[in-house]
Amino acid sequence: MASAKEMKQVLFGPIFANNPIALQILGVCSALAVTGSLDNTLVMCLALTFVTALSNFSISLIRNHIPSSVRIIVQMTIIASLVIVVDQVLQAYAYDIAQELSVFVGLIITNCIVMGRAEAFAMKEPPGMALLDGIGNGLGYSVVLLTVAFFRELFGSGSLFGLQILPLATEGGWYTPVGLLVLPPSAFFIIGGFIWVLRTFRTEQVEAKE
Amino acid sequence: MSKKNESTSKTFIVVIALCLVCSIIVSGAAVGLKDRQEANAALAMQRNVLQAARIDFPSGEAAGIYAERIREYRLNMETYELTSASEEELAAAADTESQGDVARRLSADEDVAGVRDLEQHTMFYVALGEDGESVESYILPIRGAGLWGMMYALLALESDGQTIAGLNFYDHSETPGLGGEIQNPRWVSNFEGKQAVDSQGNVEIRVTKGANPQDNEVDALSGATITSNGVDNTFQFWLSDTAYGPFLQKLREGEVL
Repeated sequence: MASAKEMKQVLFGPIFANNPIALQILGVCSALAVTGSLDNTLVMCLALTFVTALSNFSISLIRNHIPSSVRIIVQMTIIASLVIVVDQVLQAYAYDIAQELSVFVGLIITNCIVMGRAEAFAMKEPPGMALLDGIGNGLGYSVVLLTVAFFRELFGSGSLFGLQILPLATEGGWYTPVGLLVLPPSAFFIIGGFIWVLRTFRTEQVEAKE
Repeated sequence: MSKKNESTSKTFIVVIALCLVCSIIVSGAAVGLKDRQEANAALAMQRNVLQAARIDFPSGEAAGIYAERIREYRLNMETYELTSASEEELAAAADTESQGDVARRLSADEDVAGVRDLEQHTMFYVALGEDGESVESYILPIRGAGLWGMMYALLALESDGQTIAGLNFYDHSETPGLGGEIQNPRWVSNFEGKQAVDSQGNVEIRVTKGANPQDNEVDALSGATITSNGVDNTFQFWLSDTAYGPFLQKLREGEVL
């Protein structure tokens, strides 16, 4: 069994030190698509964390029996099944959010973070550590997405979690929303800003000059 | 990894066992949650109807207000007669994609809105006033092909059977920000108060570029010509004699309810 220090490293490492979006630049597609409002983003983060954690766990559980010739297919089958279960649960218990997230829940199947952790970590490590690694990477993904969604919802729609914070000019207030932030490409700027701030504090993440 | 894992038989065993386990989990989730999902879909439809009828409802109370203010009927598209049907039949009529209920395939000339098949029965909703008796509006399901796919809408007509009371595009796959604006309440409100048909049953409402707001015209969405044309075609088709025309005539003559 791994030491407590190692476990902590695996669980919390991906949040800032080895963030899947900010350092590895994986899973950016959904980071652009679902970050228009905090509600949707939170559900998406929970869904992805759940899928990454459980797929890591189950793949690690059977890692010694997976023939290497079909390992990617085996991983995909497990991930896809989990994603379908998540989608079904959302449609049953969070119907409105499921409608808005629409295809993006299904697209967790092709999210590079899930696949990447399955192939890079779960195939080699025991189930307990793989589970922690999955949760950790889900948290790393969530931190970036929630940051992006915070700025996009606050300055794009003047609200947080649907609650109006800045009164909109169109409804008699003083705030004119930034139209760009409503559109998905604006997430590029915020993710870029996030990476910039992160690398200012953690200079070891800055790539060497070529 | 051991050599044994790579044998053909082991590969087959692992893959088949995995598929069995995964399919049990997936079908278990799908079957176990089906009732809740269908209840959600039905509730969403009720909210769509209320929105089309311009009845305000606090979230969470849609079902109660729906039961109070909306009456559901099944409309026969050949005889134009209404039946208040059993719940199963209503559900079948509400499912516009249902295959068993096709009355006939439309000819190319008739089918201006890309509907393809006209169903035998369709839903027909009557919205009652606050008093629960007087008719406030009639709500008809309409649909037509947009740029990317079918656009489903509910059209509410005032009790005169001519004036548009509300319109709600509740399901479509148009481009967000361009054609997707058909869902924007601000654009949809342009239709309110316009004449859908005149007293002779001729289709009056048009969606055109540079519309004159005095006439029964609504300005097309900029950057979404095909979607706007699709909305226009949808009206031309569903209000024509091929579809609801004769029924609306009966409504105006007071022969229906």
